[in-house]
Amino acid sequence: MSDTQPISYVRDTMLGQQEPPATQRGVVKWLRENLFSNWLNSILTLAALVAIYLILTSVGPWLLNSIWDAESLRECRDILDGTPGACFAVITDRWHQLLFGFYPPEHYWRPVLALVLLLIALAPILFAELPRKMLYFSAVFPFIGYHLLWGGSVWFPISVFLGFVAGYIAFRALAKVSALVSVIGAVAATLVWWFFIAGPFDAAMYSVAPIGLEFVRSESFGGFLISLVIGVTGISLSLPLGILLALGRQSDMLFVKTVCVVFIEFIRGVPLITLLFTASLLLNYFLPPGTNFDLILRVIIMVTLFAAAYMAEVIRGGLAALPKGQYEAADALGLDYWKAQRLIIMPQALKISIPGIVNTFISLFKDTTLVVFIGLLDPLGLSNAIRADTAWTGIYWELFIFIGALFFIFCFSMSRYSMYLERKLKTDHR
Amino acid sequence: MSSTGDARMQSAAPKAAFKLSMLLYDQRYRSITIQIVFLFALMLGIAWLVDNTINNLRALGRDFSFAFLGNPAGYDINQRLIEYDSQMTHGRAALVGLLNTILLAIMACALATVLGIVAGVLRLSNNWIVARLMTIYVEIFRNIPTLVWIIIFGAIMSESMPAPSAFRGDDPSASMLLGDAVAMTNRGVYIPAILFDNNLGNLNLGVVSPSINWILVLLAILGGIFAHKRIVAHATAVQNATGERPKTWWKTIAVIAGPVVLLFIFFGAHLEYPELRGFNFQGGIHMRNSLIAMWLGLGIYTGAFVAEIVRSGILAISRGQSEAAAALGLQPGKTMRLVILPQALRVIIPPLISQYLNITKNTSLGLAVGYMDLRSTLGGITINQTGRELEGMLLMMAIYLIVSLTISSLMNVYNNRVKLKER
Repeated sequence: MSDTQPISYVRDTMLGQQEPPATQRGVVKWLRENLFSNWLNSILTLAALVAIYLILTSVGPWLLNSIWDAESLRECRDILDGTPGACFAVITDRWHQLLFGFYPPEHYWRPVLALVLLLIALAPILFAELPRKMLYFSAVFPFIGYHLLWGGSVWFPISVFLGFVAGYIAFRALAKVSALVSVIGAVAATLVWWFFIAGPFDAAMYSVAPIGLEFVRSESFGGFLISLVIGVTGISLSLPLGILLALGRQSDMLFVKTVCVVFIEFIRGVPLITLLFTASLLLNYFLPPGTNFDLILRVIIMVTLFAAAYMAEVIRGGLAALPKGQYEAADALGLDYWKAQRLIIMPQALKISIPGIVNTFISLFKDTTLVVFIGLLDPLGLSNAIRADTAWTGIYWELFIFIGALFFIFCFSMSRYSMYLERKLKTDHR
Repeated sequence: MSSTGDARMQSAAPKAAFKLSMLLYDQRYRSITIQIVFLFALMLGIAWLVDNTINNLRALGRDFSFAFLGNPAGYDINQRLIEYDSQMTHGRAALVGLLNTILLAIMACALATVLGIVAGVLRLSNNWIVARLMTIYVEIFRNIPTLVWIIIFGAIMSESMPAPSAFRGDDPSASMLLGDAVAMTNRGVYIPAILFDNNLGNLNLGVVSPSINWILVLLAILGGIFAHKRIVAHATAVQNATGERPKTWWKTIAVIAGPVVLLFIFFGAHLEYPELRGFNFQGGIHMRNSLIAMWLGLGIYTGAFVAEIVRSGILAISRGQSEAAAALGLQPGKTMRLVILPQALRVIIPPLISQYLNITKNTSLGLAVGYMDLRSTLGGITINQTGRELEGMLLMMAIYLIVSLTISSLMNVYNNRVKLKER
């Protein structure tokens, strides 16, 4: 009150920092910033919460209350006694069919081993850190995989493989003469081997040493086995074919270019299903009378051609994105066409097109489900077959969840791999 | 690359006598050699295929003719946009199927676009939970095949919806939605139809005969859009002259909605509600399960892809653009409409075209749920009944090709209009 009064207390140290207000820290701040920043966001958040609540309350009990062990849908319903619950017993009962189709059960180890070897063969291609020597195994894997899956005489894949060896020997022998001659010689040697020597060689060796796994007919293939066989073969064949088509479309040679354009536009203009029907119904018209070859092989050819056309467009985009200076630099270095493509153009163009390439792979793998329309028993076809059994009539969601989950795992991991590859190959600093 | 080299070499190379080996080793001639060899191989291949086909057809005792298109079809099609009965020709059946294909494609494209824009924008929103939900939607639908989704939606429609009988009684277990207007049953969805009291009859165009009433309504809408464009142009002119932009929104509503409302009143338009009579609903429009399953399956599946396209399109616009717009004093809405969207559209349109094409081609999966599209009529029952696989398949491929090429050329015209005009 009066100014004579002595000052009783003077603060001689700084006050410690005060905590931020409750609305500006911790959970509250996060909630305010991320969920309730304005009225529109608040409405969206509430709507999302209601949606999640509705989904959880409707699907949650059904999933939690699931039966894994029963003989039929009726038994499941008896156990559940009116309460909602999933009957995953159908999966425990029929998983082997969904995975392998009608492949003989005593031979299930063969597709499983083929899958494991496939992963080993893929590893050096997918991850550059692994030793390059593993690529030799990747090169012979197609023959091992074929023999494991189909069986028959072990000498058949070996004689096909020897065709490539013959081609390589011819290539090396003629390499001194001229590049062109050696390529022609290699192709000729391979074809001569396949058409004239491979058959007798196979027969002769089999009569001398009848080794080989039991033959499994293509008709017994089914389930995810068939999706994987078609998908993996289609993927590995469509990339080189797509590159060739893309180069053909960019070529200066008028005929080559026209043919490539017509092929690509035709394939991209019609649905895959019409091509599959062509494979199953019309191929008999186009081939010499009496020819009849495996339906799975026909489907693989059609799926490969289909994916190759899309692949060609993706790679053409990558080629178009390269600056013209790269081509000119390759010319200036005196590289010929193929060397320029291999050393300069393709590594860059493919890198740009990785996302598109992997998208094409994923859609090819998903498109393998369409084979159900021409009578192959892929997972969807088998789910119909399972439902046709009186024990499991009327079961839908459990089968769809299983099939969907398996496709999701494959496709999702492919897309994640493409993101990893993109990050790894990124050389610019942006 | 090599053409420039060719030209240089041609002027510089000495005029040496032509030797046969130059066909292989001289760059000037090599490409011609390769092309001739290629052409020969191609012709041989085609000739071989044609020869095989002729031999096979002869062995089967068949000719190659499209005369079967004029024969009576003898089968029913459950969804038809134009008049059709089983006494009409296979060609007419194919046309009904083609119209069903086009109807489904348009419906699915619209659904995919709406869903895709909403999900793509929301995925970029700063609302944590909504962005996560949209990511889950996109990833789940993108990574599971369309066919699985179509069959799932087909199963949802036929298995989880109540039967029409559930709507009957004093205390029904199921009830109609939206004030007794929509009934969702396991036989399909029933929605109200617009009927006219004063029918002006049908316009006979030979193959199809659309109702004159609807043609007039369509013309009124088109006229309204044209008038709206004139109004906006006039408003811009006034703004340029005076600096004040006259309000146009009420004029736009008046020119677009006004004539349509007048026409509707003049025609005596009213809604016909579906009603439960006997064992089933009668009246209104019956959308079959197959149509709903295909529509939702294709639309929601492709919507996930469109969402990714929209998201990448918006992300492709650099931050400086919106900052520059803010510096100019544009409001957020105008920033979006005048600055971001026109630029994002250029990135979005080309991949969007290919998604529309994918939808159109994927309509051929209708067989899985029994949708009577072109593939099920011409490529299915007609082929089975007449045994003309070769002709039917070739015709069907040609039709799909024409439809695809038409869509892509139309969309390319639009793309050329919105794309950045460079020198």
